[in-house]
Amino acid sequence: VTCWWKAFWDKRTHLLHMPQTTTSPPKPSPHTTGGSENYERMQALVEELKTRSEKVKLGGGEKARNLHTSRGKLLPRERIDRLLDPGTPFLEFSQFAAYQLYGKEEVPAGGIITGIGRVSGVECVIVANDATVKGGTYYPVTVKKHLRAQEIAQQNHLPCIYLVDSGGANLPRQAEVFPDRDHFGRIFFNQARLSSEGLAQIAVVMGSCTAGGAYVPAMADESIIVRKQGTIFLGGPPLVKAATGEEVSAEDLGGADLHCKKSGVTDHYALDDNHALHLARKAVTTELPEPPLYPADELYGIVGANLKRNFDVREVIARIVDGSKFDEFKAQYGDTLVTGFSRIFGYPVGIIGNNGVLFSESAKKGTHFIELCCQRKIPLIFLQNITGFMVGREYEAGGIAKDGAKMVTAVACANVPKITVLIGGSYGAGNYGMCGRAYSPRFLYMWPNSRISVMGGEQAATVLATVTKDKKAREGKEFTAEQEAAMKEPIVRRFEEEGSPYFSSARLWDDGIIDPADTRLVLGMSLSAALNAPIKKTQFGVFRM
Amino acid sequence: MRTAKKMGVRSVAVYSEADRHAMHVAMADEAYHIGPAASQQSYLSMEKVLDVAKKSGSHAVHPGYGFLSENTEFAEACKQEGIIFIGPPSSAIRDMGIKSTSKYIMAAAGVPIIGGYHGEDQSNERLQAEAAQIGFPVMIKAVRGGGGKGMRIARTDSDFLEQLESARREARKSFNDDVMLVEKFVEDPRHVEVQVFGDQHGNAVYLFERDCSVQRRHQKIIEEAPGPGISAEVRRKLGEAAVKAAKAVNYVGAGTVEFIMDAQHNFYFMEMNTRLQVEHPVSEMITGTDLVEWQLRVAAGERLPLLQDDIILSGHSFEARIYAEDPNNDFLPGAGPLLHLSTPQADAETRIETGVREGDEVSAHYDPMIAKLVVWGEDRSSALKKLRYCLRQYNIVGLNTNIDFLLSLSAHPEFEAGNVTTSFIPQHYADLFPPPTAPSGATACRAALGLLLRERSCTQDFTHHSNDPFSPFGSSSGRRLNIMYSRNMTLQVGDRKVDIVVTYNKDGSYSMQIGGEVYHVTGEVESEGGASFLHCSVDGVESRPKLVILGNTVHLFSMEGSAALSVPVPKHLVAVSGSGAQGGAVAPMTGTIEKVMVKAGDKVSAGDPLMVMIAMKMEHTIRAPKSGVIKKVFFREGSQANRHAPLVELEEEGEEGGGAAASQ
Repeated sequence: VTCWWKAFWDKRTHLLHMPQTTTSPPKPSPHTTGGSENYERMQALVEELKTRSEKVKLGGGEKARNLHTSRGKLLPRERIDRLLDPGTPFLEFSQFAAYQLYGKEEVPAGGIITGIGRVSGVECVIVANDATVKGGTYYPVTVKKHLRAQEIAQQNHLPCIYLVDSGGANLPRQAEVFPDRDHFGRIFFNQARLSSEGLAQIAVVMGSCTAGGAYVPAMADESIIVRKQGTIFLGGPPLVKAATGEEVSAEDLGGADLHCKKSGVTDHYALDDNHALHLARKAVTTELPEPPLYPADELYGIVGANLKRNFDVREVIARIVDGSKFDEFKAQYGDTLVTGFSRIFGYPVGIIGNNGVLFSESAKKGTHFIELCCQRKIPLIFLQNITGFMVGREYEAGGIAKDGAKMVTAVACANVPKITVLIGGSYGAGNYGMCGRAYSPRFLYMWPNSRISVMGGEQAATVLATVTKDKKAREGKEFTAEQEAAMKEPIVRRFEEEGSPYFSSARLWDDGIIDPADTRLVLGMSLSAALNAPIKKTQFGVFRM
Repeated sequence: MRTAKKMGVRSVAVYSEADRHAMHVAMADEAYHIGPAASQQSYLSMEKVLDVAKKSGSHAVHPGYGFLSENTEFAEACKQEGIIFIGPPSSAIRDMGIKSTSKYIMAAAGVPIIGGYHGEDQSNERLQAEAAQIGFPVMIKAVRGGGGKGMRIARTDSDFLEQLESARREARKSFNDDVMLVEKFVEDPRHVEVQVFGDQHGNAVYLFERDCSVQRRHQKIIEEAPGPGISAEVRRKLGEAAVKAAKAVNYVGAGTVEFIMDAQHNFYFMEMNTRLQVEHPVSEMITGTDLVEWQLRVAAGERLPLLQDDIILSGHSFEARIYAEDPNNDFLPGAGPLLHLSTPQADAETRIETGVREGDEVSAHYDPMIAKLVVWGEDRSSALKKLRYCLRQYNIVGLNTNIDFLLSLSAHPEFEAGNVTTSFIPQHYADLFPPPTAPSGATACRAALGLLLRERSCTQDFTHHSNDPFSPFGSSSGRRLNIMYSRNMTLQVGDRKVDIVVTYNKDGSYSMQIGGEVYHVTGEVESEGGASFLHCSVDGVESRPKLVILGNTVHLFSMEGSAALSVPVPKHLVAVSGSGAQGGAVAPMTGTIEKVMVKAGDKVSAGDPLMVMIAMKMEHTIRAPKSGVIKKVFFREGSQANRHAPLVELEEEGEEGGGAAASQ
C-alpha cells in the first residue's frame, strides 16, 4: 500500500514477464577447472584483490579504531551489519575509492562506505561515514562517492539511510569540495529532490554533523540522534567562540537533548548506536498484523466520562493498534501533540493524537508529520481531544496563529486518506487542525463521551458574562453573583445540549457514534474501504513561515 | 480416571473457568463447568459438586487429593444425598482432621505421640506461654491445617506473635478456621509416613512406609519407598503402629499415618491424612497394587484385595514432583505457559502423572505442580539412577521449574547415601545451588549456531512470502564483496557474557572465535516428532542436542545436561523495563493483594513490610527495598497485581525527581 512496496510490485511483474529460456550447459574444458595456467593467474589476482580489500575493511588505523570503540561507538561496518536484516548480503560500492589517490594520505574506501542492502525487507541505499578515517571528513572523492550513491538511489528508486559521523568538508581541500556543481552542496540538493520523488531520506546521527554536515539530518525526512555521541551544529564550539565569544560545550550546543526536546531538528532519541539502528530499521518496517496487547474495553477506564480529566492518548493508541506498537515521532518535542507510526489490521497509519492544548511547537511537529505521511502515502488517523490552540500574549507574539495555520494547511492539502475520531473534546480551531468535518476526513466518528462546540460551555458562559459585566460597569449598574449565575446557567446548558454527540450525529456532522472498544475495528474497515481509491500525490500550498 | 476406565467405570469431571482446557476435562467421559477460577467458588463449593453428581447420575464422588478430600461436611453431605464418598467415614475424617483430637485418640490407642499444646484457650498470651513452656523452637500449626498451610515455626519468643498471626491469616484463608496448636519442633527430623488401608469389614493393612523428608517451604518434593536405612524391625513397628492408628478410628479406605522420626529412628505420630496422597504411587510401585482400584472396591463394600501377609515389598521407588517454581528465588511458585514440554517415555517402571500438556498454561490459581515422575528399580541405587535419567529427559521451557534442582538434589552424595532429613536443603544449600559457571566454548558455539540457523529460517520465510522471493538480497549468506563477513555476537548465562566473533565461510560453515580459540562449526536443525534438534559439528565433534529457542534464550537439552544461553537485552529495552522498579517494591509474582500496610506519605525503612500478597495459595510479604517516603500506593486490598508490577512508589529521603534520573 505504501511506496515501500511499489518497488516489489514492479519487480514481481518484471519476473513474471521474463521469457522462458533454456540453456545448454557449456562443456567443461581444461581451462575452467583448477590447475590450468589461466585459472591460477586469475586466482592470484583475486587473492590480491581480497588481501587489499581486507585492509580497506579495517578503515582507519588501530589507534583511531580503538578510540572510536572506547567511546561506546560501533565501527561503521558493524553499524551497517546491524542496520541490515541480520545475516543478509550487502552490495558494497567502490571499496577502493581514494586508493593511492592522495599521496601519503591514506583514505581507505574514501572515508565513506556505500552500498545496497535490505533493511526490514526493503532494499535501501546506505551511506556510512567512517570517522576512523580522518575524522570522517569529506575529501573530494568522498563527496563523489556520496553523490554516486544518491544517484544510484534516484535511478533505482531506493530509499536512503545516512549513518552520519563526519567532521564535514576537509578544509585544506575546500576548493575541490565546496564550490562546484558536483561538490558538497549537491548532497543536500539531492536529498531534497529524492525526498520530493517520494524516496525516504533517513539520517542517523552517530557522531558529529558540523557545518554543511548538519544539513544531512536537517534535510532528512526523519532523523535519529544518539545521545552523548551525536551533535549537530552549523558552527562548532571553536567557531562560536571565535564569532561571538560564547563558550559552550558541544553537547549543549547541538546534542541529542537539545535537538529532540527543544529545537526539533531530530525526531528520535537513541540511547546508543544499537538503539539508533533499531529505530532506523523501524522507520522502514514491514510487519504482519496482530491484535493489540491490551484489551479494548480498558479504554473505558482510561478515558471515562469526565472531559476535564486528562488521559494520555498513547494509552488509547495502545488499545487500538497492532501489537500496541507505536513508533513515536518527535516524542520529546511539542509533546502536547502525539505523532507516530503504527499499523491497524496491517495497514500502516500515521496517528495524530492530542495530549493537551496546541503550542507552536506542537503545530509545527504536526505539520512535519503530515508531510511525512503524505510523502510515504500513509493514511492519517486523528484522535481528537482538543481544547484549542494556546492563547495569551506570549503565544500570540510567538506567532501561534501562523504555526497553527501551517498545520491547518497541511491537514487541508493532505491527499492521503484521513480518518478522524472524536475521543474527547473538539473545540475551536483545534477542530480544524485535528481534521474536523470541514477538513474532509474520509470518515469521522464520535465516542459517546465526546463534545463538539466552538468552545466549552463554561468558557462561553464566562466570556458572555464578562462582556455583560463590563457593559454594566460602564453603565454604572451592578451585576451580582446571582445574576451572573442565572445568566451563565442557560448558556452552559445549551452548549452542553448542542455539544452532545447525539446532537451532532442527528445532524450528520459525523458518520456515527461508536463504542470506544470498537474503534480498532471501525478504523480497520474504514482504512480498507479508503484504500480502494488510489492515493494521489499531495501538493501543499504556501506555508506561512 | 485411568483406573476407572480400566475397571469399566464411567467418569465425570468438574472444572473451573481456569481449567476449561485442562487435561482432566479432556480425559473424562463427561465434564461439567462449576464456576470461576477462584477455588472457593468452584472446587470448594460443595453444592456445585454435588449438583453435578446428581445431574450426571453418578454413584460415587472421588474427591482427589486436595480441595474437598478431607472435608467432613462434604462427606456428610454426600451420605445424605445417597452418593458414595470415596474415602473414610466422615467420623474418621473429623477425628483425624482436628489434630488435637487425633493425638488424644492415638495416645489412648498406644501410638507414640509428641508433646505440645492443643488446648482451647486460643489467646495470644496463652499460646505464647505454652510455647515457652514447651521450649523454642516450636511449631505453630492450624488445627484444621495440612500441606504446610497455616503452619509456621517460631524460633524465638520475639518472633512468636508475628508467626502466629501469619499462620492464622493463612489458615482462615485456606480452611476458614484459625484454631492453632503449638508443639515441639524436632530439629532435623525425618518425615516418614505409612500407607494404610481399611475396609468395611474391619480389616486394616499397611503398605510400608514412605520417606518424604526432603522438603522445601514445608512441602514435599521427592519421596521414596521404602524409607532408606530403615531396618525390617523398625519397618514392622511403623506399620503396626499405623494400623493401630487406623483401627482406633475404624478407618475405611486409603489413609496415611505420618510420623516424625529422629536420628535414632524413634518415631512419633504426627497426623493422619484421610485421603490418598499425591505420593501414593511409590507405595503402589513397591507392592504392585493399584490403590485407586482398592478405593473403588472398598467403597463398593468389597473386602481388601490383599491381607497383610500377601503384601510383599519389592524393589525401591522414587517420586519427584516437578513444580513450576524458581529454586533460585526461594522456590517461589510461578505461573506461565508451557511453551515446550517433552517427557521421558512411560513404561511399567516409569510413571508420569501430569495434568498438563505442551501449550497449557500453568495457572496462578491452584497448586503449581506440573507433574509427578515415579520410577521403580530393583534397589535404591538403580531406582535413583533411573530417576536422574528420566529427569534429564523432562524438558520444560516457558517457566521456571525445579527440574535442575531435582537433578542436583538426587545426585548429592548425602542423598545417594540415604541421609535425608527435613533440613536437607538448608544443610546442603551450597552444594545444591552452585554458582553458575560459564558455558564451555563448544556449548556457546552450539547456541550461537542455533540462533544463526533460526535467523536463517526466519529470513527464508520472509523472503519466500514476499513479492520478491528470489532476490539474493533475501538470503542469509552474509556475503560481502571481496571481504569476509564477521559479526559480533554476545551470549550470556546469568551475569557472565561470552563474546563470539562469527565469520561466515563461503561453504556455509562458520568460524567462531571465542577469546583466543577458533571453532569450526557446521550444522542443521532437524525436526522430529514436533521437537527440533540441532545436528551440529564443532571442530569435528558431532552432537544432536534438542534445541528450543524462545524469546531471546536458546535452550539446549542433551544427556550431558541442559544449557540456556541468552542474547543480552539491548540497552534501550533495559532502560524501559528497569525504570519502573527503581523507585519501589515490585510484585514477585502474579497474585492478589491481601493486606496493604502503608499509605501515601508514610515513612518506611528498608525491610519494613509494605503489603501482604496471596499468590499460588501462599502468603508473601513485600518489604521496602530501601528507606524513604511512600509517594503512592498502586494497589488496593483485594486487587490483582501482575508479576513485576510496581506496588508502591517510594521516594528516597532527600531524593528529588528520582524519576528523571531513571529515564536518562
